[in-house]
Amino acid sequence: MKSATSNVRVPSVDVLADGCLILSHRLSEWMSNAATMEEDVALGNIALDLLGQARGLLQTLGDEDQLAYFREPQEFRNPVICELPNGDFAVTMLRQLFVDAWLSLVWPALAATTDDERVRGVAEKAIKENAYHLRHSSAWVSRLGDGTEESHRRMVGAMDALWSYRGDIASDAWYDVTEPVLSEATLTMPPRDAWTQRSSADGWHSEHLGYLLAEMQSLARAHPGAQW
Amino acid sequence: MTATTTSRAWTILADVPDPEIPVLSVIDLGIVRAVEESTDGTAVTVTLTPTYSGCPATEVIAHDVRAALEASYETVEVKTQLSPAWTTDWLSDEAHEKLNTFGIAPPAGRTTLPLLDVGTPQACPHCGSGNVEELAGFGSTPCKALWRCVSCREPFDYMKRH
Repeated sequence: MKSATSNVRVPSVDVLADGCLILSHRLSEWMSNAATMEEDVALGNIALDLLGQARGLLQTLGDEDQLAYFREPQEFRNPVICELPNGDFAVTMLRQLFVDAWLSLVWPALAATTDDERVRGVAEKAIKENAYHLRHSSAWVSRLGDGTEESHRRMVGAMDALWSYRGDIASDAWYDVTEPVLSEATLTMPPRDAWTQRSSADGWHSEHLGYLLAEMQSLARAHPGAQW
Repeated sequence: MTATTTSRAWTILADVPDPEIPVLSVIDLGIVRAVEESTDGTAVTVTLTPTYSGCPATEVIAHDVRAALEASYETVEVKTQLSPAWTTDWLSDEAHEKLNTFGIAPPAGRTTLPLLDVGTPQACPHCGSGNVEELAGFGSTPCKALWRCVSCREPFDYMKRH
């Protein structure tokens, strides 16, 4: 698994759980809206894996429904990049590559270091699922970046939109994972020391998280304790 | 409590189908990791390992397993164990045959981590041709991808090596 554990910051479980939960919700917004039925299915499957991973981790922290549906935006610890609006398909796929690459380093590191048997179980499972997600996002970024004039232009736009949000997830190992994909996609990686947005670690979020949570939490808040 | 594959519970579980792929039982699928029966035969504990983190069938399976066993035991406990993670390597040989007959190409070969390679179907489950191509990496359930036979032109599901 490369030198994954050497220079990767292992995030706390709440950062990881919230990251998976929020990105899962974002991806679910593509349902019935993706360009092809196959992609609709793919994004749905990835969202489902992320949701399962989030649930597994949230269950180790407390009541999963309470944590998902009754916390305020500033209490969430997800990397800000996970909550950004989907944008076009280029933005969605580049963000997916960035987050998949982060998770490809984080899951093995977490599995190797955690003292919590339940967390290790989630991580071991997620390693396999994430590898398949990374394959998918890498293939799309490469295909779109090295595709038509328009798809390339959109990928460049996606890079402009997302690069400053890498702060919560980037590490030397992360650049090592993403750079070859960007290179194959004929995209220029902006400087590693370029400016980054504030981190979510101190509770800072973009304006977008509140709107996302308003939708995600509305049913549970209108009908507390509702059962199917 | 004793663990045995010849217990009554094991026989009952061999008839509990996977809700998404009903041709396979939970035993065929390899998700039953342990069955422990009390010495007086009134209580049973079953340990299940889910296939994928978000698979919606997981909760249905736990419910079905409990319901099937409650007909024969006074006390039924269903436990979940995540580690070691489920792998298609745990599918029985019989499961491979059943899948193929059902029209789903079984996983080809053994898993290797980090699993960027989920393998390719050995043959079209409809006509047996080896001339097949991937249509989409994700399919109707988390465990499957969508493939097509170039010879008979029929699409089919492939259970990914995982």
